[in-house]
Amino acid sequence: MPAVIANNLTKQYGKKKDIVQALKGISFEVEQGELFGIIGPDGAGKTSLFRILTTLLLPDGGSASVDGLDVVKDFKAIRHRVGYMPGRFSLYQDLTIEENLEFFATIFNTTIKENYDLIKDIYQQIEPFKDRRAGKLSGGMKQKLALSCALIHKPSVLFLDEPTTGVDAVSRKEFWEMLRSLKKQGITILVSTPYMDEASLCDRVALMQNGEILSVDSPEGVIASFKQPLVAVKNDNMLQLLNDLQQFEGAQDAYPFGEYHHVVLKNGYTGPAVADYLRQHHYEHAAVQTIKADIEDCFIALMKSEKH
Amino acid sequence: MTTNNTAIQAEALTKRFGDFTAVDAISFEVKKGEIFGFLGANGAGKTTAMRMLCGLSIPTSGKASVAGFDVYKQTEQIKRSIGYMSQKFSLYEDLTVRENIRFYAGIYGKSDAFIKEKTAFLLRELHLEGEANKLVRSLPLGWKQKLAFSVAIFHEPEIVFLDEPTGGVDPVTRREFWNMIYKAAESGITIFVTTHYMDEAEYCNRVSIMVDGRIDALDTPAQLKKTFEARSMDEVFLKLARKAKRSGD
Amino acid sequence: MKQFISFVKKEFHHIWRDKRTLFILLGMPIMQILIFGFALTNEVKNSQIAIFDQSNDAATQALRTELDASRYFDVVQDIHSYPEIEAAFKKGAIKLAVIFPENFANDLDHFNTAQVQLIADASDPNVANTLTNYATSIILDYQDRITNNRRLPYTIKAEMRMLYNPQLKGAYSFVPGVMAMVLMLVCTLMTAITIVREKELGTMEIMLVSPMRPFKIVAAKAVPYLLLSIVNITSILLLSVFVLDVPINGSLLLLIFEGILFTLTCLAFGLLISTKTDSQQTAMFIALTGMFLPTIMLSGFMFPIENMPLPLRVISNIVPAKWFYYIVKEVMIKGLGIGAVWKETLILTGMLLFLLVLSIRNFKIRLA
Repeated sequence: MPAVIANNLTKQYGKKKDIVQALKGISFEVEQGELFGIIGPDGAGKTSLFRILTTLLLPDGGSASVDGLDVVKDFKAIRHRVGYMPGRFSLYQDLTIEENLEFFATIFNTTIKENYDLIKDIYQQIEPFKDRRAGKLSGGMKQKLALSCALIHKPSVLFLDEPTTGVDAVSRKEFWEMLRSLKKQGITILVSTPYMDEASLCDRVALMQNGEILSVDSPEGVIASFKQPLVAVKNDNMLQLLNDLQQFEGAQDAYPFGEYHHVVLKNGYTGPAVADYLRQHHYEHAAVQTIKADIEDCFIALMKSEKH
Repeated sequence: MTTNNTAIQAEALTKRFGDFTAVDAISFEVKKGEIFGFLGANGAGKTTAMRMLCGLSIPTSGKASVAGFDVYKQTEQIKRSIGYMSQKFSLYEDLTVRENIRFYAGIYGKSDAFIKEKTAFLLRELHLEGEANKLVRSLPLGWKQKLAFSVAIFHEPEIVFLDEPTGGVDPVTRREFWNMIYKAAESGITIFVTTHYMDEAEYCNRVSIMVDGRIDALDTPAQLKKTFEARSMDEVFLKLARKAKRSGD
Repeated sequence: MKQFISFVKKEFHHIWRDKRTLFILLGMPIMQILIFGFALTNEVKNSQIAIFDQSNDAATQALRTELDASRYFDVVQDIHSYPEIEAAFKKGAIKLAVIFPENFANDLDHFNTAQVQLIADASDPNVANTLTNYATSIILDYQDRITNNRRLPYTIKAEMRMLYNPQLKGAYSFVPGVMAMVLMLVCTLMTAITIVREKELGTMEIMLVSPMRPFKIVAAKAVPYLLLSIVNITSILLLSVFVLDVPINGSLLLLIFEGILFTLTCLAFGLLISTKTDSQQTAMFIALTGMFLPTIMLSGFMFPIENMPLPLRVISNIVPAKWFYYIVKEVMIKGLGIGAVWKETLILTGMLLFLLVLSIRNFKIRLA
């Protein structure tokens, strides 16, 4: 049985004139023990989706289940088994690390001792400061405490809503390492993020945009579905280069990508054709190489095909 | 002394809060029209440094000038010659697009004729003509951020400070946003930008990386990668930031 | 139960660690009692008066001595012309002028009637009224004494006695008023704020996702404020008995019971506000305008309800503080028992139940 099933979920906010369609028929399944990523920019509908799955919101249409329990009917039972870390690190700022953890443990009818094993690796990193108030902690430490609190009752499914937003690259890396080790303990994890590069760290991902799922697959699968040839180009004057690449008849799309420009080619065109084109336009030293697509390339392609 | 070609100059700029040195004698120079990436882990001192440069916070010691004005004495002049935009706050959600533009332009004392003409131009550029009288709240995030940037450079400042302008924005809009940054830089506006997206560091002319209140590296992205023997800016950043002893916001 | 205790403990941590708010919550009743008791008293004591005695005879001398001797008046000035009176008022030197016409004693002796003119500074009408009443009664007293000697055929004597508050002390009316105000502030405002704060922080999301029942969350939030209110009731009563000399004439137990009843009503109202608002500012605003202002204006504590226009009198009936104020006055000052206040107690209980049901029905087990 899948740990999470979403079936054609819809949700809208506002009345009459200002209706915002937050979810437009979301369907996917998450297997037991999977680390499942929901990747999408702000406003894609990630938080609404998480709130429906954690029984905090009622869907307008469709159905969903967590651990085989219906999110509307069996909300009380679900509330016993899920762990939830909302977008903001929701801690009591005036309680210490230990008091926060203890409090959340009793709320979920358990004790720190009982499930210490589960949080040990994470909690040990902040335990030396356990008498410090949560309000005085750094971003990374708050993140660890919030995760410990969400885990303390040994949930079967863990929902993490944008745990890495606004966190620097180092803390993000550490956080994902923690998630990998949690996964080993058999907990199903759903995590949402606006950072495309985090997709590759998940078992499977759902790419989300404007309340719709663009694709659900393993990161490799998403990349494999990118069928068109893709080249990376680099030169001195990147801005001019981009303009010229966008003029290239074989280019379906060209956009900056880190130190390179990526050019999505129409079928039938290849890297050498790009190099030829650039030579004609007097780019003597332009480096052109055919590359494998990145999740972000896929996301861009899916977004653009969605629009047309 | 500031030369005509320099937008920002800092020399041993320092800020202490009690016995905590948030910014520890940083020195750098930003040229006019440059896109300058200002990176660092959370708590490295970026925000404090940026506040000093914007004239919002008086340094403890050191020297700095922004647009030729002194950060100690000429903060009013500095504020007139810069634009500022942050991810957290930029536009009033309960005002319309037009009202927001009008309001910010008004703050900088621009003439009605100027505002009228430029507003029309801006709305056309952003394809927001149809949305001019809608509340900003109802716009998608990406549009908001693009509008916020346009508003930040509406009064034609010499330098614009962007604090994580693209956080949470989708990859397509993010690129459109950077396109706007390039255009602004071409028109001569100096760009001072912070970001958590390492690919965006590549778009900058030069990048500085702050660790524990100091600037540990400052160069072009290509040179930084060479120096740190890294394949990407991500690696450069990780190599440097991992050395950090302190962390926090 | 363990959940519940742990939640209450957490609430106490919040309160205890916010020293400034704690200080305000516990210090406020003391401050208010002291301010009302000593600074804002509406009692009339040693008011400065002037006398314009154009007769200067035995009778006016006697009256002058009587006035000066009373605890209400101090004769500070002798005036010799009408313009001087106005000057004295303008300077603010006097609150009342007593004017005896020429031949005062003579008229009294021979025509059995004489006139006294009282001029009061009515820029504060209440004080002016009280002063002229006091002065009149002193003059009447004097008249009584001399008429007794003469035995006139018909006299109607009106004897006044100020029951329950023989010295006309303001404390008798503001102690119940302050009690109502403080309990309201602590309970309504603080419950509303503390619940809404968790919404703002995002911790409410986690609470809702947890197995903790919403009813328990709410009850756990109320317990600390109930205890805090009992501390406040105690400190107000101690202050009024030992500092302001206002005795507790009725049953202390009944008084405390009524206090708790009112506290619970306020808590329920605070809870109702918290179910309807998402930000601390809004909650505070609603609590202040919805509860605090009516308590001051319509409970009868500051302004007598009998003198209000009909619509306001009707509205005052839905203000819980009005009933509580009445009950405390009856029990504490008049010393009456439950027999005298059972109706009001019932009304308060009804309000409590109504608010409680309404807020529990409104309490969302989800976010929207």
